[in-house]
Amino acid sequence: MIVERRWRIGLRVVALGWFLLLLLAPVGLVFYRTFEHGVGAVIDSITTPAAVSAFWLTIEVTAIAVPLNAIVGVLMALALARGRFRGKALLNGLLDLPFAISPVVIGLSLVLLYGRTGWFGPWLADHGIQIIFSVPGIVLATIFVSLPFVAREVTPVLREIGDEQEQAAATLGAGGWTTFRRITFPAIRWGLAYGIVLSVARAIGEFGAVSVVSGRVAGETMTLTLLVQQRFENFDLAGAYAASTLLAVIALLTLLVMTRINPRREEHDS
Amino acid sequence: MSATALPSSAASRRRARLPSGTLGLGIGTLWLSIIVLLPLSAVVARAFDGGLSTFWDAVSNRQAVSALTFTVGVSIVAAAVNAVMGTLLAWVLVRDRFRGKGLVNAFVDLPFALPTIVAGLTLLALYGPRSPIGVNVAFTQFAVLLALLFVTMPFVVRAVQPVLIEIDREMEQAALSLGASNGTVFRRIILPNLVPALLSGAALAFARAVGEFGSVILISGNIPFQTQVSSVYAFKLIESDAPISAAAVSTVLLAISLVVLIGIRGLGRWGARHDR
Repeated sequence: MIVERRWRIGLRVVALGWFLLLLLAPVGLVFYRTFEHGVGAVIDSITTPAAVSAFWLTIEVTAIAVPLNAIVGVLMALALARGRFRGKALLNGLLDLPFAISPVVIGLSLVLLYGRTGWFGPWLADHGIQIIFSVPGIVLATIFVSLPFVAREVTPVLREIGDEQEQAAATLGAGGWTTFRRITFPAIRWGLAYGIVLSVARAIGEFGAVSVVSGRVAGETMTLTLLVQQRFENFDLAGAYAASTLLAVIALLTLLVMTRINPRREEHDS
Repeated sequence: MSATALPSSAASRRRARLPSGTLGLGIGTLWLSIIVLLPLSAVVARAFDGGLSTFWDAVSNRQAVSALTFTVGVSIVAAAVNAVMGTLLAWVLVRDRFRGKGLVNAFVDLPFALPTIVAGLTLLALYGPRSPIGVNVAFTQFAVLLALLFVTMPFVVRAVQPVLIEIDREMEQAALSLGASNGTVFRRIILPNLVPALLSGAALAFARAVGEFGSVILISGNIPFQTQVSSVYAFKLIESDAPISAAAVSTVLLAISLVVLIGIRGLGRWGARHDR
């Protein structure tokens, strides 16, 4: 299709205008509003005890959820790419569930399992274990929402590379672990890295599921995203903007890392 | 032991030592069951705790029906608008040349990386009561649409873009040289190639929109019968300690997600056939 210059520019203006009005302008405005009254106030706002504790809780939860999902994700990818078993299509389909389900439903599901009146509630209460309205609940919610990313990124790479090199390594006497470390891992590392970056972004940014299970105890179960909402609802708009900007900066760093990884990942594909 | 048995048993031993799927299958299935399937079955079970009639009452009362109708309707509109604008944006990113294209391309993923609550807050800053451009749509149905458009923007772009890159340009040139107009080329050559990807991108956007919560909660105002969406309605039911009703509404949302996922699988198979 050869589009006249006039038309090409018209389409470009419409597409980029849409992009600007829907995405860049709102995000840009929040950055502007945040720093409107100087950097000092912003720094004060994100270094209050509540903000610092929310920041570290978010990091802590991410640091537990993402490595677990990365390890299991690689194992699952191996099963999906290499395994021949009944119900593979079903497993493959179920893996997408966390992407398609409402975060509220995810939060509720955990409450109905581990909450006071949940299936395991009485047993947990007897043993003095609290999961809902406590950090373990937030961790479980975060694991749930970020579960598929690594498996989804690694599976196509494994399909692409096949297993001939691994067969060769095994023939030459390499054990399972050596073969994985020397052959499989180098081949999947960029896909894995991409999956981890997506998981981290999702884990840090999760709001709905966490807001159901957290209970919002200041200094204990308040994550960064919950802090944004709490500040907004307490009419602390500047504080909400400052916390949002912190999260937006993390998101921009994520995008930067993604654009760095992408070419290497695609290089491997071809 | 016969001579022919030897190589085959050696081969099977060799296979067993590869990093294979067996361990992954076991651990993966267990992980998925504990983290995802067990909690979700608790939702469905709780929804029917009080029997079918309780379930039916919870999902068929006026507020629940109104929330669900609005949610599905606004999600369809969001998916449709993004199908058009997403295809246009993908086309501009693939076929057009301009400065800063790489940057725009990277920013397309921003809604995936940005926390949804932040997305809602940014939209409220520009299109809310304190809007610097004087446009205040906060607490209207249009505001909900805006939030859904924001968070689902990347799906269609990222589904259509790789297909547009792969499309055989020679086919288009042949059609043009035979006298076809641009419109005909788009309609008869480009669009048919895009349809499977376009539909699955739009379906993903729809699924995401139906369940969306974080970006909507601040900007919708959660007005019953007007701007209340099902996920926020379910959240309010949880907060007011009505777990059975919340589970019933959630089961409906879950069912919609499942239907869309199965539909996307079907589209994927159709697309694969289309390629051949």
